[in-house]
Amino acid sequence: MKEHRRLWAVLIVLALVSPVGLYLPKVMKAGSAWGEWGVGEIKQMIGYAPAGMEKKAEIWKAPIRDYTLPGREQALLSHLSFWYILSAFVGIAACGGGGYLLTRWVTGSRGKRRP
Amino acid sequence: MHIPDGYLGPPTYLAAYAACAPLWAIAARRLREKLSARRAPLLAISAAFTFLVMMFNIPLPGGTTGHAVGGVLIAIAVGPWGAMLSITIALTIQALLFGDGGITAIGANCFNIAFVMPFTGYGVYSLLSRLLSSEKGKAVAAGIGGWVGLNAAAFTTALMFGIQPLLHTGADGRALYAPYPLSVAIPAMMLAHLTLAGAVEGLITGLAVYSLRRSQSAWVLQAAAEETAQ
Repeated sequence: MKEHRRLWAVLIVLALVSPVGLYLPKVMKAGSAWGEWGVGEIKQMIGYAPAGMEKKAEIWKAPIRDYTLPGREQALLSHLSFWYILSAFVGIAACGGGGYLLTRWVTGSRGKRRP
Repeated sequence: MHIPDGYLGPPTYLAAYAACAPLWAIAARRLREKLSARRAPLLAISAAFTFLVMMFNIPLPGGTTGHAVGGVLIAIAVGPWGAMLSITIALTIQALLFGDGGITAIGANCFNIAFVMPFTGYGVYSLLSRLLSSEKGKAVAAGIGGWVGLNAAAFTTALMFGIQPLLHTGADGRALYAPYPLSVAIPAMMLAHLTLAGAVEGLITGLAVYSLRRSQSAWVLQAAAEETAQ
Protein backbone atom coordinates (compact mmCIF):
# COMPACT_ATOMS: atom_id res chain seq x y z
CA MET A 1 0.00 0.00 0.00
CA LYS A 2 1.10 3.53 -0.79
CA GLU A 3 0.91 4.71 2.78
CA HIS A 4 3.08 1.86 4.06
CA ARG A 5 5.59 2.36 1.27
CA ARG A 6 5.98 5.97 2.31
CA LEU A 7 6.60 4.93 5.93
CA TRP A 8 9.25 2.39 4.84
CA ALA A 9 10.91 5.17 2.83
CA VAL A 10 11.08 7.32 5.96
CA LEU A 11 12.80 4.43 7.76
CA ILE A 12 15.42 4.11 5.01
CA VAL A 13 16.16 7.83 5.22
CA LEU A 14 16.52 7.52 9.01
CA ALA A 15 18.99 4.65 8.53
CA LEU A 16 21.08 6.66 6.08
CA VAL A 17 21.41 9.63 8.44
CA SER A 18 21.86 7.48 11.56
CA PRO A 19 25.59 8.32 11.93
CA VAL A 20 24.39 11.67 13.32
CA GLY A 21 23.81 9.66 16.50
CA LEU A 22 27.48 8.68 16.37
CA TYR A 23 28.95 12.10 15.59
CA LEU A 24 26.97 14.33 17.99
CA PRO A 25 28.17 12.66 21.23
CA LYS A 26 31.76 12.50 19.87
CA VAL A 27 31.77 16.18 18.90
CA MET A 28 30.34 17.21 22.27
CA LYS A 29 32.71 14.83 24.08
CA ALA A 30 29.85 13.13 25.89
CA GLY A 31 30.58 9.90 27.79
CA SER A 32 28.59 6.67 27.97
CA ALA A 33 24.90 6.71 28.78
CA TRP A 34 24.23 6.73 32.52
CA GLY A 35 24.18 3.16 33.81
CA GLU A 36 25.62 1.67 30.61
CA TRP A 37 29.31 1.77 31.48
CA GLY A 38 31.65 -1.14 30.87
CA VAL A 39 33.11 -2.94 33.89
CA GLY A 40 36.43 -1.16 33.29
CA GLU A 41 34.73 2.23 33.42
CA ILE A 42 32.94 1.33 36.66
CA LYS A 43 36.27 0.30 38.18
CA GLN A 44 37.70 3.74 37.38
CA MET A 45 34.65 5.48 38.82
CA ILE A 46 34.25 3.69 42.15
CA GLY A 47 37.62 2.02 42.61
CA TYR A 48 36.53 -1.61 42.25
CA ALA A 49 34.57 -3.88 39.94
CA PRO A 50 31.38 -5.17 41.62
CA ALA A 51 31.78 -8.96 41.91
CA GLY A 52 28.37 -9.94 40.52
CA MET A 53 28.67 -7.49 37.66
CA GLU A 54 32.12 -8.77 36.71
CA LYS A 55 30.73 -12.30 36.50
CA LYS A 56 27.61 -11.47 34.48
CA ALA A 57 28.64 -8.56 32.26
CA GLU A 58 30.05 -10.79 29.52
CA ILE A 59 27.34 -13.45 29.70
CA TRP A 60 26.34 -12.78 26.08
CA LYS A 61 28.57 -12.14 23.07
CA ALA A 62 26.54 -10.07 20.64
CA PRO A 63 27.69 -10.55 17.03
CA ILE A 64 27.55 -6.84 16.08
CA ARG A 65 28.39 -5.39 19.46
CA ASP A 66 27.99 -1.60 19.74
CA TYR A 67 26.82 -1.44 16.11
CA THR A 68 30.27 -2.18 14.71
CA LEU A 69 32.60 -5.12 14.12
CA PRO A 70 34.16 -6.71 17.22
CA GLY A 71 37.49 -5.09 18.04
CA ARG A 72 36.89 -2.13 15.75
CA GLU A 73 35.44 0.22 18.37
CA GLN A 74 38.42 2.59 18.03
CA ALA A 75 38.32 2.80 14.23
CA LEU A 76 37.92 6.07 12.34
CA LEU A 77 34.55 7.77 12.61
CA SER A 78 34.01 7.34 8.88
CA HIS A 79 34.49 3.55 9.22
CA LEU A 80 32.25 3.45 12.25
CA SER A 81 29.61 5.39 10.30
CA PHE A 82 29.66 2.77 7.57
CA TRP A 83 29.05 -0.04 10.06
CA TYR A 84 26.47 2.08 11.84
CA ILE A 85 24.42 2.48 8.65
CA LEU A 86 24.83 -1.23 7.91
CA SER A 87 23.66 -2.01 11.45
CA ALA A 88 20.65 0.24 10.88
CA PHE A 89 19.65 -1.81 7.83
CA VAL A 90 20.25 -5.08 9.70
CA GLY A 91 18.00 -3.63 12.41
CA ILE A 92 15.28 -2.70 9.92
CA ALA A 93 15.39 -6.20 8.43
CA ALA A 94 15.40 -7.96 11.80
CA CYS A 95 12.72 -5.78 13.41
CA GLY A 96 10.60 -5.76 10.27
CA GLY A 97 10.92 -9.53 9.93
CA GLY A 98 10.27 -10.06 13.63
CA GLY A 99 7.25 -7.77 13.52
CA TYR A 100 5.92 -9.53 10.44
CA LEU A 101 6.28 -13.01 11.95
CA LEU A 102 4.74 -11.93 15.24
CA THR A 103 1.78 -10.32 13.49
CA ARG A 104 1.31 -13.39 11.30
CA TRP A 105 1.39 -15.61 14.36
CA VAL A 106 -0.99 -13.40 16.35
CA THR A 107 -3.54 -12.71 13.62
CA GLY A 108 -3.07 -16.11 11.94
CA SER A 109 -4.45 -17.98 14.92
CA ARG A 110 -7.54 -15.78 14.87
CA GLY A 111 -9.20 -17.77 12.11
CA LYS A 112 -8.74 -21.08 13.89
CA ARG A 113 -10.10 -19.78 17.15
CA ARG A 114 -13.38 -18.55 15.77
CA PRO A 115 -15.84 -21.19 14.60
CA MET B 1 18.19 3.57 29.27
CA HIS B 2 19.13 0.04 28.16
CA ILE B 3 20.16 -1.79 31.32
CA PRO B 4 23.17 -4.03 30.47
CA ASP B 5 23.94 -7.49 31.87
CA GLY B 6 25.48 -7.42 35.32
CA TYR B 7 23.72 -4.32 36.59
CA LEU B 8 20.67 -6.01 38.09
CA GLY B 9 20.70 -8.91 40.54
CA PRO B 10 18.65 -12.04 39.71
CA PRO B 11 15.68 -11.10 41.95
CA THR B 12 15.16 -7.86 40.03
CA TYR B 13 15.57 -9.18 36.50
CA LEU B 14 13.53 -12.31 37.19
CA ALA B 15 10.76 -10.21 38.72
CA ALA B 16 10.80 -8.00 35.63
CA TYR B 17 10.44 -11.04 33.34
CA ALA B 18 7.60 -12.26 35.55
CA ALA B 19 5.88 -8.88 35.34
CA CYS B 20 6.22 -8.75 31.54
CA ALA B 21 4.95 -12.28 30.81
CA PRO B 22 1.25 -11.60 31.47
CA LEU B 23 1.53 -8.19 29.78
CA TRP B 24 2.92 -9.79 26.62
CA ALA B 25 0.11 -12.35 26.73
CA ILE B 26 -2.57 -9.65 27.08
CA ALA B 27 -0.98 -7.63 24.27
CA ALA B 28 -0.98 -10.66 21.94
CA ARG B 29 -4.62 -11.42 22.73
CA ARG B 30 -5.73 -7.80 22.19
CA LEU B 31 -4.07 -7.73 18.81
CA ARG B 32 -5.50 -11.09 17.83
CA GLU B 33 -8.96 -9.78 18.59
CA LYS B 34 -8.64 -6.30 17.17
CA LEU B 35 -5.83 -5.86 14.66
CA SER B 36 -7.15 -5.79 11.12
CA ALA B 37 -5.07 -7.42 8.40
CA ARG B 38 -4.74 -4.10 6.56
CA ARG B 39 -2.96 -2.49 9.49
CA ALA B 40 -0.82 -5.50 10.35
CA PRO B 41 2.35 -4.16 8.64
CA LEU B 42 2.28 -1.19 11.01
CA LEU B 43 3.60 -3.39 13.81
CA ALA B 44 6.70 -4.31 11.77
CA ILE B 45 7.14 -0.68 10.70
CA SER B 46 6.83 0.47 14.32
CA ALA B 47 9.44 -2.03 15.53
CA ALA B 48 11.94 -0.90 12.88
CA PHE B 49 11.09 2.76 13.59
CA THR B 50 11.82 2.61 17.31
CA PHE B 51 15.00 0.62 16.62
CA LEU B 52 16.24 3.44 14.37
CA VAL B 53 15.16 6.27 16.68
CA MET B 54 17.18 4.69 19.51
CA MET B 55 20.32 4.85 17.32
CA PHE B 56 20.28 8.66 17.43
CA ASN B 57 22.36 9.28 20.52
CA ILE B 58 22.36 12.81 21.82
CA PRO B 59 24.76 14.38 24.32
CA LEU B 60 22.92 15.14 27.57
CA PRO B 61 23.49 17.42 30.57
CA GLY B 62 25.80 15.68 33.04
CA GLY B 63 28.25 14.47 30.37
CA THR B 64 26.25 11.40 29.39
CA THR B 65 24.32 10.41 26.29
CA GLY B 66 20.74 9.36 25.74
CA HIS B 67 18.22 8.97 22.99
CA ALA B 68 14.56 9.28 22.18
CA VAL B 69 12.44 6.13 21.73
CA GLY B 70 9.37 7.13 19.74
CA GLY B 71 7.35 4.88 22.05
CA VAL B 72 4.45 7.25 22.59
CA LEU B 73 4.18 8.03 18.87
CA ILE B 74 3.91 4.29 18.26
CA ALA B 75 1.30 3.98 21.01
CA ILE B 76 -0.74 6.70 19.30
CA ALA B 77 -0.39 4.95 15.92
CA VAL B 78 -0.99 1.30 16.87
CA GLY B 79 -2.35 1.56 20.41
CA PRO B 80 -0.38 0.98 23.62
CA TRP B 81 -0.61 -2.83 23.44
CA GLY B 82 0.64 -2.82 19.86
CA ALA B 83 3.42 -0.48 21.01
CA MET B 84 4.34 -2.93 23.76
CA LEU B 85 4.85 -5.75 21.26
CA SER B 86 6.69 -3.72 18.62
CA ILE B 87 9.06 -2.08 21.13
CA THR B 88 9.67 -5.52 22.68
CA ILE B 89 10.80 -6.77 19.26
CA ALA B 90 13.22 -3.85 18.86
CA LEU B 91 14.66 -4.26 22.38
CA THR B 92 15.13 -8.00 21.88
CA ILE B 93 16.96 -7.50 18.56
CA GLN B 94 19.13 -4.81 20.17
CA ALA B 95 20.12 -7.13 23.00
CA LEU B 96 20.67 -10.26 20.88
CA LEU B 97 22.47 -8.78 17.87
CA PHE B 98 23.99 -5.53 19.08
CA GLY B 99 24.66 -6.00 22.81
CA ASP B 100 22.58 -2.88 23.50
CA GLY B 101 20.90 -3.82 26.77
CA GLY B 102 21.57 -7.13 28.49
CA ILE B 103 20.12 -10.58 27.82
CA THR B 104 19.21 -10.99 31.47
CA ALA B 105 17.73 -7.48 31.44
CA ILE B 106 15.40 -7.87 28.42
CA GLY B 107 12.45 -8.20 30.81
CA ALA B 108 13.51 -5.13 32.78
CA ASN B 109 14.12 -3.05 29.67
CA CYS B 110 10.80 -4.14 28.17
CA PHE B 111 8.99 -3.27 31.38
CA ASN B 112 10.45 0.25 31.37
CA ILE B 113 10.62 1.11 27.68
CA ALA B 114 7.92 -1.11 26.11
CA PHE B 115 5.33 -0.98 28.92
CA VAL B 116 5.75 2.05 31.22
CA MET B 117 6.60 4.46 28.42
CA PRO B 118 3.79 3.82 25.91
CA PHE B 119 1.11 3.44 28.57
CA THR B 120 1.91 6.57 30.61
CA GLY B 121 2.55 8.63 27.47
CA TYR B 122 -0.60 7.38 25.74
CA GLY B 123 -2.65 8.02 28.89
CA VAL B 124 -1.45 11.61 29.06
CA TYR B 125 -2.09 12.04 25.33
CA SER B 126 -5.67 10.76 25.49
CA LEU B 127 -6.49 12.93 28.50
CA LEU B 128 -5.00 16.08 27.01
CA SER B 129 -6.30 15.55 23.48
CA ARG B 130 -9.82 15.68 24.89
CA LEU B 131 -9.10 19.17 26.20
CA LEU B 132 -7.02 20.29 23.22
CA SER B 133 -9.10 19.06 20.35
CA SER B 134 -7.74 21.23 17.51
CA GLU B 135 -5.13 19.79 15.14
CA LYS B 136 -2.37 21.80 16.81
CA GLY B 137 -3.78 20.95 20.21
CA LYS B 138 -3.55 17.22 19.45
CA ALA B 139 0.08 17.67 18.39
CA VAL B 140 0.82 19.50 21.65
CA ALA B 141 -0.93 16.72 23.60
CA ALA B 142 1.20 14.15 21.77
CA GLY B 143 4.38 16.12 22.50
CA ILE B 144 3.61 16.33 26.21
CA GLY B 145 2.72 12.64 26.17
CA GLY B 146 6.11 11.86 24.63
CA TRP B 147 7.93 13.90 27.24
CA VAL B 148 6.03 12.27 30.13
CA GLY B 149 6.40 8.76 28.68
CA LEU B 150 10.17 8.96 28.25
CA ASN B 151 10.60 10.38 31.74
CA ALA B 152 8.37 7.75 33.31
CA ALA B 153 10.56 5.08 31.71
CA ALA B 154 13.73 6.86 32.87
CA PHE B 155 12.30 6.97 36.38
CA THR B 156 11.47 3.25 36.64
CA THR B 157 14.90 2.48 35.12
CA ALA B 158 16.52 4.65 37.81
CA LEU B 159 14.51 2.79 40.48
CA MET B 160 15.80 -0.56 39.22
CA PHE B 161 19.40 0.72 39.27
CA GLY B 162 18.97 2.41 42.64
CA ILE B 163 17.58 -0.53 44.59
CA GLN B 164 20.54 -2.78 43.70
CA PRO B 165 22.84 -1.52 46.51
CA LEU B 166 19.95 -2.07 48.95
CA LEU B 167 19.46 -5.65 47.79
CA HIS B 168 23.04 -6.70 47.09
CA THR B 169 25.87 -5.30 49.18
CA GLY B 170 28.67 -7.60 50.33
CA ALA B 171 29.95 -7.85 53.92
CA ASP B 172 32.82 -5.57 52.90
CA GLY B 173 30.35 -2.82 51.95
CA ARG B 174 31.01 -3.28 48.23
CA ALA B 175 28.14 -3.41 45.78
CA LEU B 176 27.64 -6.69 43.91
CA TYR B 177 25.76 -5.18 40.97
CA ALA B 178 24.86 -1.55 40.04
CA PRO B 179 26.71 0.45 42.71
CA TYR B 180 24.80 3.73 42.91
CA PRO B 181 21.94 4.18 45.42
CA LEU B 182 18.55 5.75 44.66
CA SER B 183 19.82 9.14 45.86
CA VAL B 184 22.34 9.14 43.00
CA ALA B 185 20.53 7.14 40.31
CA ILE B 186 17.27 9.12 40.30
CA PRO B 187 18.78 12.63 40.03
CA ALA B 188 21.31 11.50 37.40
CA MET B 189 18.74 9.77 35.20
CA MET B 190 16.10 12.46 35.61
CA LEU B 191 18.42 15.42 34.98
CA ALA B 192 19.37 13.88 31.66
CA HIS B 193 15.85 12.94 30.59
CA LEU B 194 13.68 15.75 31.99
CA THR B 195 15.71 18.22 29.95
CA LEU B 196 17.14 17.42 26.55
CA ALA B 197 16.13 13.79 25.88
CA GLY B 198 12.55 14.47 26.96
CA ALA B 199 12.41 17.62 24.85
CA VAL B 200 13.62 15.73 21.77
CA GLU B 201 11.13 12.92 22.39
CA GLY B 202 8.30 15.43 22.83
CA LEU B 203 9.27 17.37 19.72
CA ILE B 204 9.50 14.25 17.54
CA THR B 205 6.18 12.94 18.84
CA GLY B 206 4.36 16.25 18.40
CA LEU B 207 5.74 16.99 14.93
CA ALA B 208 5.16 13.46 13.67
CA VAL B 209 1.58 13.40 14.89
CA TYR B 210 0.98 16.80 13.34
CA SER B 211 2.39 15.89 9.93
CA LEU B 212 0.83 12.39 9.86
CA ARG B 213 -2.59 13.88 10.55
CA ARG B 214 -2.11 16.58 7.95
CA SER B 215 -0.84 14.25 5.22
CA GLN B 216 -4.10 12.30 5.05
CA SER B 217 -2.57 9.68 7.29
CA ALA B 218 -5.30 10.16 9.84
CA TRP B 219 -6.37 6.54 9.58
CA VAL B 220 -2.98 5.46 10.84
CA LEU B 221 -3.51 7.51 13.95
CA GLN B 222 -7.18 7.37 14.70
CA ALA B 223 -8.71 4.05 13.76
CA ALA B 224 -5.70 1.96 14.62
CA ALA B 225 -5.46 3.48 18.07
CA GLU B 226 -9.16 2.96 18.67
CA GLU B 227 -8.84 -0.66 17.63
CA THR B 228 -6.14 -1.66 20.04
CA ALA B 229 -6.70 0.79 22.88
CA GLN B 230 -8.31 -0.47 26.06
